[in-house]
Amino acid sequence: MERPLTGHIKKGEAPPGFREYYRAGGYNGTIKALKEMTPAGVTSLVKASNLLGRGGAGFPTGVKWSLVPMEGENIFPKYLVCNADEMEPGTFKDRLLLEGNPHQLIAGMIAAAYAIQAGTAYIFLRWAYKKAERELRKAISEAYREGFLGKNILGTGFNLDIHVHTSAGRYICGEETALLNALEGKRGIPRTKPPFPATSGLFGKPTVVNNVETLSWISHIVEKGADWFKGLSLTGTGGTKLYGVSGRVKRPGLWELPLGVTIGEIINEHAGGMHDGYAFRGVLPGGASTDFLVEEHLDVKMDFSTVAAAGSRLGTGTMIVLDDRTCPVAFLQNVEKFYALESCGWCTPCREGLPWVEKMLSAIEDGKGKMEYLDILKFHTSYMGPGHTFCAHAPGAAEPLQSGLRFFHDDFKRHIEEKKCPWK
Amino acid sequence: MLTEEEKKEILEEAELYPYPAAACIDALKIVQKHRGWVSDESVGDIAEILRMSEDEVDGVATFYSRIYRRPVGRNVILICDSISCMIMGYKTLYKYISEKLEISFGETTSDGRFTLLPVSCLGDCDNAPAMMINDDHYNNLTVEKIDELLEKYK
Repeated sequence: MERPLTGHIKKGEAPPGFREYYRAGGYNGTIKALKEMTPAGVTSLVKASNLLGRGGAGFPTGVKWSLVPMEGENIFPKYLVCNADEMEPGTFKDRLLLEGNPHQLIAGMIAAAYAIQAGTAYIFLRWAYKKAERELRKAISEAYREGFLGKNILGTGFNLDIHVHTSAGRYICGEETALLNALEGKRGIPRTKPPFPATSGLFGKPTVVNNVETLSWISHIVEKGADWFKGLSLTGTGGTKLYGVSGRVKRPGLWELPLGVTIGEIINEHAGGMHDGYAFRGVLPGGASTDFLVEEHLDVKMDFSTVAAAGSRLGTGTMIVLDDRTCPVAFLQNVEKFYALESCGWCTPCREGLPWVEKMLSAIEDGKGKMEYLDILKFHTSYMGPGHTFCAHAPGAAEPLQSGLRFFHDDFKRHIEEKKCPWK
Repeated sequence: MLTEEEKKEILEEAELYPYPAAACIDALKIVQKHRGWVSDESVGDIAEILRMSEDEVDGVATFYSRIYRRPVGRNVILICDSISCMIMGYKTLYKYISEKLEISFGETTSDGRFTLLPVSCLGDCDNAPAMMINDDHYNNLTVEKIDELLEKYK
């Protein structure tokens, strides 16, 4: 089985340096793009590959790029931004790519910047990823030295600078327009859309924001083609995916697998199944902002459309497993507290709704809940849902709550009737 | 007052952007790097050098979790309290550290050696529970490892 993204990452070893990665062919696609292809040609190839964004939303990457104006007045400077602000609880996939193979990301960013003709790129990096920052800065200076960054790259006349910006820490900065505000030195509050970043992004200029895993693919796709990429998945969507599992499983970890392996295979084979003495109760399949799936969903294929059809989202592909010795109410209280704290406070349903939800969940967990709270919580899942808020923060928070209320209704009821948490 | 070194570093950052105010977060980080936290006086100094109002700078400073507007100890312990670490038992760690140092979340030991803070997911979920002390990551933590770990930080 091919593992293009993690093939050069060896656990416990330093990432490949420029020379090593270059000799292994890691920059082949980048060279091909700059020397043999037009920017539009690169964009249409990525479009044809059907690479869907790996940051959680799954928007087609080539389509995003094609919205960037390529002709006309005042379109320069243009910017490419790599979203490396991985901060959703239970998500740890980009960290592996950043620490394990920064040149793969840089190779992809050069080709991506060429496609949209951006002269400046930023890597917006999670503050906590200190090792990733060191490795990135080292790899970027190597790329400058080797003529792959800076002026007149490979003699093609294309110029690109890459800067690393470490975040000062807020989950909302992963939302692309909040990220742009943070890069501009402002409070990280989402912007109104439209205008979309493709036409008016960083400093009001055309900007593309892509996730680390997405950008890490670009040089591979340019080198090997759209059909090769599509053939990597089991479902025809295209590509492999980094899947992670955390919680009480035997071997928590991260694996690169074809898009479309089942949830059960990931949990039971790759993560080794549940730890001795723990039973499976449910899983958030794509990070803390995705709906619960349960036992009956273990056969669901981990692909964008199939997970959506089962009532959840592929999200970031990093799963959080709920076991029978963890209280589902305490689980949800923890998740909702995170979202309440991380709300930027801009719009009312999010700013007021999330703390209210967290307080009610705390009350239920502490044995002070009433049955009517369940209806109020349910109301909030639609009140904070899509269409009622400024961005996807509160709707994301509503997802595990709405499905948790449904799947663990009996557990909620027991808390209220017994006036205590049965797990304590 | 900002030191010459702080001023120089801030102005260097400001050069990279179309206008000085865009370097606001960088400026806050620079001041914090040198002083451990950002005082009211520093907020005013940053406002002046970046040609912003004090309120604008404070609005940015108070938005971001990793900018400290109150003094912190010589070492900052950040315990991840997000879901994967909760499942794997961060509360036991917190209880042990809190009792050992006699401080709760948000507090600093009387000798100024440690500040204890909760932090959102550190991306160490497959090796939970995790925490950071200053810039150092620690994972797969158990209570037994804590004493030795804290000894490293004076």
